[in-house]
Amino acid sequence: MIEVKNINKSFGENHVLNDFSAQFEAGKVNLIIGQSGQGKSVLAKCIVGLMEVDTGSVLYDDRDFSKMNRKERKEIRTEIGMLFQGSALFDSMTVEENIMFPLKMFTKMSKKEMLARANTCLDRVNLTGQNKLLPAECSGGMQKRVAIARAISMNPKYLFCDEPNSGLDPSTSILIDNLIQEITYEYNMTTVVITHDMNSVIEIGDQIVFIHTGRNWWEGTKEEIIKTDNQEIIDFVYASKFMKTLKGKLA
Amino acid sequence: MSYIVSIGKYVGMMTQVFSKPERFKVYYRRTISEIETIGINSAGIVAILSVFMGAVIALQTASNMDSPLLPKYTIGYITRSSTILEFSPTIISLILAGKVGSNIASEIGTMKVTEQIDALEIMGVNSLSFLVLPKIIAAVFFFPFLIICSMGLSIMGGYYSVTAAGLASHEEFVYGVRAFFKTSDIVYALVKTCVFAFIIVSVSSYFGYYTKGGALDVGKSSTQAVVWSSIVILLANFILTQLILM
Repeated sequence: MIEVKNINKSFGENHVLNDFSAQFEAGKVNLIIGQSGQGKSVLAKCIVGLMEVDTGSVLYDDRDFSKMNRKERKEIRTEIGMLFQGSALFDSMTVEENIMFPLKMFTKMSKKEMLARANTCLDRVNLTGQNKLLPAECSGGMQKRVAIARAISMNPKYLFCDEPNSGLDPSTSILIDNLIQEITYEYNMTTVVITHDMNSVIEIGDQIVFIHTGRNWWEGTKEEIIKTDNQEIIDFVYASKFMKTLKGKLA
Repeated sequence: MSYIVSIGKYVGMMTQVFSKPERFKVYYRRTISEIETIGINSAGIVAILSVFMGAVIALQTASNMDSPLLPKYTIGYITRSSTILEFSPTIISLILAGKVGSNIASEIGTMKVTEQIDALEIMGVNSLSFLVLPKIIAAVFFFPFLIICSMGLSIMGGYYSVTAAGLASHEEFVYGVRAFFKTSDIVYALVKTCVFAFIIVSVSSYFGYYTKGGALDVGKSSTQAVVWSSIVILLANFILTQLILM
């Protein structure tokens, strides 16, 4: 479980996160949703330590990450997998080398064992036999799947996904969403997904946190978010004509 | 004020670069790969430049020797001295700052804006050490070889240009090249080269690593890397000349 306690983050006069607190449970897909510019990505970066919080704490299974030194953080980070918005695959490495990279850096596996692990991860994301492709030769959806394979190669306890569906068509988005959900349940990971895609909310959201003006504005399940009368959430969820029409029909 | 902040950031960056590597084997392989990328791949341009640089130095020296009292071997002597002391280590390093420096800044800058560096950090890899240290080792180790080759090719270029033009004989030029030779000049040139290699890689990596924004900013970082590497090389050249030769 990841616990975020009263974190604040400012850039000069711009207060991005205001006393934000939330809990992200293990074995669940925890979604952080909100409009652009409300602090979703900053929150994710603060949780994984790419940005330092001004005040507050981030606890990974009761281990206070925000108070750890570089060496201690390094240990926690080997338990974290992250899927970036742009996949962030290493251009100069093949698909296989990308997946094997964390294994090379942090395990004492033989090359044969690393290769076997890479193949297992590729099988898991339905990319069997695509080992020798370069990231530039992969489609957007394939790149995301390779990034997921790389993220799970070290059997992480925590998985972060920053806008996993950005730039993907609806069917590929659903594929990626389902993959994230399946591996979360399979490995009992604490998964945190940053998104503003309502399809993802409905598809995979076990626990949803709505961030607004840098605050934890609302928390609940996907069933509850549909029924809520919170005006900010209504404005966010039913922003498109399609959703408004759907809401009208449902009503 | 911003210059002081930048120097502080640079020093902070270098302390991280020289921290203990996660895996020596991976770093060793990366160093070998960097020797090829930033060293061997620069050999061609260094060779062409050196030959023509030496040829021009020799021809200009010959054309400026109006007094019949000056012996012809002076052409060989001046070609050798100016090549070893200044042209090969400094001019070639400035050229390498353009070729290698822009390459390093754009490579690291692109990795930064495409979140590849964030991905390394999330994995627990010290991204600065992983990306920059092998490049520094490769450059400091390999650039002296390039400069030694450059010295040889430059003197050879001078030899062929003056002998072909009939401005000096084979014996006169070779005698000039060998006259008053001091081994310490080579040591001075190689010390300078190592310092310049370090400057090129570290300054370029700094601009690449702290790139913010998109593709346009990567281009800007690349330009800044070349400009600042060149300025720092010239400054270091002045200081080293004062310290070693004076």
